[in-house]
Amino acid sequence: MLKIGVLALQGAVREHVAAIEASGAEAVAVKRIDELSDLDGLVIPGGESTAMRRLIDKYDFLEPLKKFAQNKPVFGTCAGLILMAKRIQGQDSAHLELIDMTVERNAFGRQVDSFEADLMIHGVGEDYTGVFIRAPFIVEVGPEVEILSKHNDRIVAAKQGHFLCAAFHPELTDDYRLHQYFVKMVQSAKEVVA
Amino acid sequence: MLKTGTERVKRGMAEMQKGGVIMDVVNAEQARIAEAAGAVAVMALERVPSDIRAAGGVARMADPTITEEVLNAVSIPVMAKARIGHIVEARVLEAMGVDYIDESEVLTPADEVFHLLKSDYTVPFVCGARDLGEASRRIAEGASMLRTKGEPGTGNIVEAVRHMRMIQGQIRKVVAMSEDELMTEAKNLGAPFEVLLQIKKAGKLPVVNFAAGGIATPADAALMMELGADGVFVGSGIFKSENPEKFARAIVEATTHYQDYKLIAELSKGLGTAMKGIDISTLAHGERMQERGW
Repeated sequence: MLKIGVLALQGAVREHVAAIEASGAEAVAVKRIDELSDLDGLVIPGGESTAMRRLIDKYDFLEPLKKFAQNKPVFGTCAGLILMAKRIQGQDSAHLELIDMTVERNAFGRQVDSFEADLMIHGVGEDYTGVFIRAPFIVEVGPEVEILSKHNDRIVAAKQGHFLCAAFHPELTDDYRLHQYFVKMVQSAKEVVA
Repeated sequence: MLKTGTERVKRGMAEMQKGGVIMDVVNAEQARIAEAAGAVAVMALERVPSDIRAAGGVARMADPTITEEVLNAVSIPVMAKARIGHIVEARVLEAMGVDYIDESEVLTPADEVFHLLKSDYTVPFVCGARDLGEASRRIAEGASMLRTKGEPGTGNIVEAVRHMRMIQGQIRKVVAMSEDELMTEAKNLGAPFEVLLQIKKAGKLPVVNFAAGGIATPADAALMMELGADGVFVGSGIFKSENPEKFARAIVEATTHYQDYKLIAELSKGLGTAMKGIDISTLAHGERMQERGW
């Protein structure tokens, strides 16, 4: 069985664990670097990106995560998407720098502007409820990045090689299609290595 | 179709705070210290609870200048407190764009009979609770997040522990009951039947439940996580300590790694003095904030 970790420094960990399990893979919460070693893929959940980054730095998680990402699939949602971006608008530095894109934090406004909207996600399907909470969006992407979904002309889901990201929260609904899509990505990455 | 203020969006916001620490701040400088230390949100106040206690008189919503200053200072969510039942304070905070409102017993209640109908608002609310009856009533009114009441501004964890143990124990009891026993339990707790049914089916509360009211050390924060809190609020504990920056960081780490006792030992070293604290038995009933609201 595929084993997928959920970075558990802070945020909506439990919901991702449940969604991964419902998508047919084993899920484990990851709090320490050594827990990365036997994973086939990793989810970086929603939460507060500044709080997560502080804990990543505190425990020297940054380099091990980058190394893990060299050949293992990673899926980031909301704060996870911000951590994966190469560029963050208005900031001099980014975090894991995995996906060739520029993102804007809290781009739809404050909490009172948080919303739900129906999305069409390429390769995943239609009528997908996107839950956007103080969400970021993707301002621009490099040539290697495949745009999977847009909301009002703003990019809200994308894929680059074995990296997947979403500005919304698939873990807050019981529609597991996006998690199933990621599990398939993890499966094919494992087959390539084997 | 775009929908704002849905139950999922309001409760989801609190889900994103799990495993984190929300810190009371009274100005932009403190807010920036909290953000840099890894707080998941800040609570903008005019005074921290221990100072409210010391000052006496009527405690109200903070001066909007302070809330605005904090809103502009940080990128993490900003919460603010409104008095229990004060419809206008709550609407003002919503209009100012705060991310979460705490209908809080730390302030002097504006209404001793009715709490706010929180489902009416686009902004989500957090409310205090001492037991499952109180928790369920607040959920039915539309609270998207709960916290223990504890006894704010005392630096004494005993009441937060009492409230968390009480709520967790009552949840276990409800989950173990058969459905035909639930209505009597609803009557005994003063809890809406539908909320208890939801808890029974899910095996847990339908909203996030943080610990608050008396957390003064990293070990206190870890204790509340151990007892089942989803995260912690630290009020007077941080900026009333000798070294707020160090204290804030230590509490954040202890909350994440609440079962790593060696780590908690390390980060508790040389923190300086925690806030002095108050023995609850020395507080007269009128001085107990937890008895405000019902």
